[in-house]
Amino acid sequence: MEYILIIISAIFVNNVLLAQFLGICPFLGVSNKLSTATGMSGAVCFVITLATVVTYLVNRYLLVPFGLEFLQTIAFILVIAALVQVVEIALKKISPSLYQALGIFLPLITTNCAVLGVAITVVTKEFTFGGQAHLLNLGEATVYALATSIGYGLAMILFAGIREHLAMNDVPKSFRGLPIALITVSIMAMAFLGFSGIVK
Amino acid sequence: MSKLGLITKGFVKENPTFVLVLGMCPTLATTTSAMNGLEMGLATMFVLILSNIVISLIAPLVPDKVHIPVYIVVIATFVTVLQLLMQAFVPDVYKTLGLFIPLIVVNCIVLGRAEAFANRNSALDSALDGIGIGIGFTLSLTVIGLVREILGSGSAFGFKFLPSDGILAFVMAPGAFLVLGYLMVLFNKIAKK
Amino acid sequence: MALCLTAVCLLCSAILGVVYAVTFEPIKAAARANLEQSLSEVVPQGCTVNTDADSREMEGVEYQCYEAVDAEGNPCATAVSSTVNGFGGSLTVLVGVMRDGSVCATKVLSHSETPGLGAKCEDSSSAFVKQFEGFDPSVKKLSVRKDGGDVDAITASTITSRAYTLAIENAVKLMKKKEADDE
Repeated sequence: MEYILIIISAIFVNNVLLAQFLGICPFLGVSNKLSTATGMSGAVCFVITLATVVTYLVNRYLLVPFGLEFLQTIAFILVIAALVQVVEIALKKISPSLYQALGIFLPLITTNCAVLGVAITVVTKEFTFGGQAHLLNLGEATVYALATSIGYGLAMILFAGIREHLAMNDVPKSFRGLPIALITVSIMAMAFLGFSGIVK
Repeated sequence: MSKLGLITKGFVKENPTFVLVLGMCPTLATTTSAMNGLEMGLATMFVLILSNIVISLIAPLVPDKVHIPVYIVVIATFVTVLQLLMQAFVPDVYKTLGLFIPLIVVNCIVLGRAEAFANRNSALDSALDGIGIGIGFTLSLTVIGLVREILGSGSAFGFKFLPSDGILAFVMAPGAFLVLGYLMVLFNKIAKK
Repeated sequence: MALCLTAVCLLCSAILGVVYAVTFEPIKAAARANLEQSLSEVVPQGCTVNTDADSREMEGVEYQCYEAVDAEGNPCATAVSSTVNGFGGSLTVLVGVMRDGSVCATKVLSHSETPGLGAKCEDSSSAFVKQFEGFDPSVKKLSVRKDGGDVDAITASTITSRAYTLAIENAVKLMKKKEADDE
């Protein structure tokens, strides 16, 4: 039950893009075409989940025991940057086809603030899923990261679908490009607000 | 480019928010009021200026292959310094801005200026560039925050001028996107003539 | 190449270590000053609050209690830090409870409620927070009007208001239990 709550809350209620404003730059940057948006979502999904697990362990077993929590930001960003590199090399070796699909997005992901954002959130924020407020354990953190990145993919793919149609319309000159895209996202965010009653 | 030009180009011509469209996450997330926007802008400016200076100094010494990780480490160091200083001297501001202070590390503006400007210019020019872009960013955030605060809570910089609350949606997530979208339209209309 | 990266990392960690050491005391002092300020806001004026917390447990939940004494040194109130589940995460409210079981004042210590909606509970001058000043649970019912009580909820934020009220209720209950235990 608790896991279902985490999943619904992370995908719909607290959507990482539309409610938490994390990872907006790549969201606006690569959502022009449905195919690239799908590729980016896949890569982000993979990296967020992996990075959250690794940073969670780094924080728990390296930083906290030695009282080095103040190095969190710098340690996390280094872990994420290294991880992205490793994933890129591993993917190239193991699955060239997947590398073809996701490869070009991987270097962009280091500076996607959703990755660092989720990693910091799970080790600092107290959640209230299933009773008392508590920091997430490893299982919950993993599910939270996975669900959050699915939410990211969902919003991204939905938006790319709309944007493909938007491109064919006659938009007033000053609105062309990003302004109309932002206004569209605003309406999507409003629609997602409707989910806010689902999970208490 | 003149020294003054280095500073003023960030205001309009290379405005990080409306023209370069960088650092969108804090722009949208922290502008629930004019004050929050201003504080976030100043925090980013602090990191931007210092990282620009240091990177312009160390750039010739860093091998090309590892320049990005090195820049990120430098930026992350200044962000952590900022975090510690804010916790010590302005804990309330630190609490309000929350997650978005550590996230300055991945703000594309900071790394972007390091890559596009600081690594090939002198320390003084880089500092001026940081000041200019930083002021541009701060101005944009303050304006967005001000518009959202006026429409959403009926106040400006915390001074209430409406007895009621205003349109709640502007303080919430959809309002952020909407206000930024319309301000961009306005900016295009005025600046790109 | 690797050498350069290692050197930069070491140097940066060293700098951070120094900054951390320098700011360690000010950070602690700031947190303490913040707590003192909050404590003085929830107990009657002229009272002195002991900032050393006394931890108490009720129904499996820990509460931090801070005793306050008046000018003559008699105990007059207790500030209880009470944490409940809000809308967006945990909500911690500092509740000043008088000796007679009524509420002196309340203040939010930390929250993650929605900006513009539930986050209004943070504003100590709002009507919502003001209504708890001098609230006597033996006369009025400590729950929101929707649930048949006497608390006016924040518009469109019933869940936050409920949580806030529950935090106060728990604090009052805790003090009642303490009194019963002491006798």
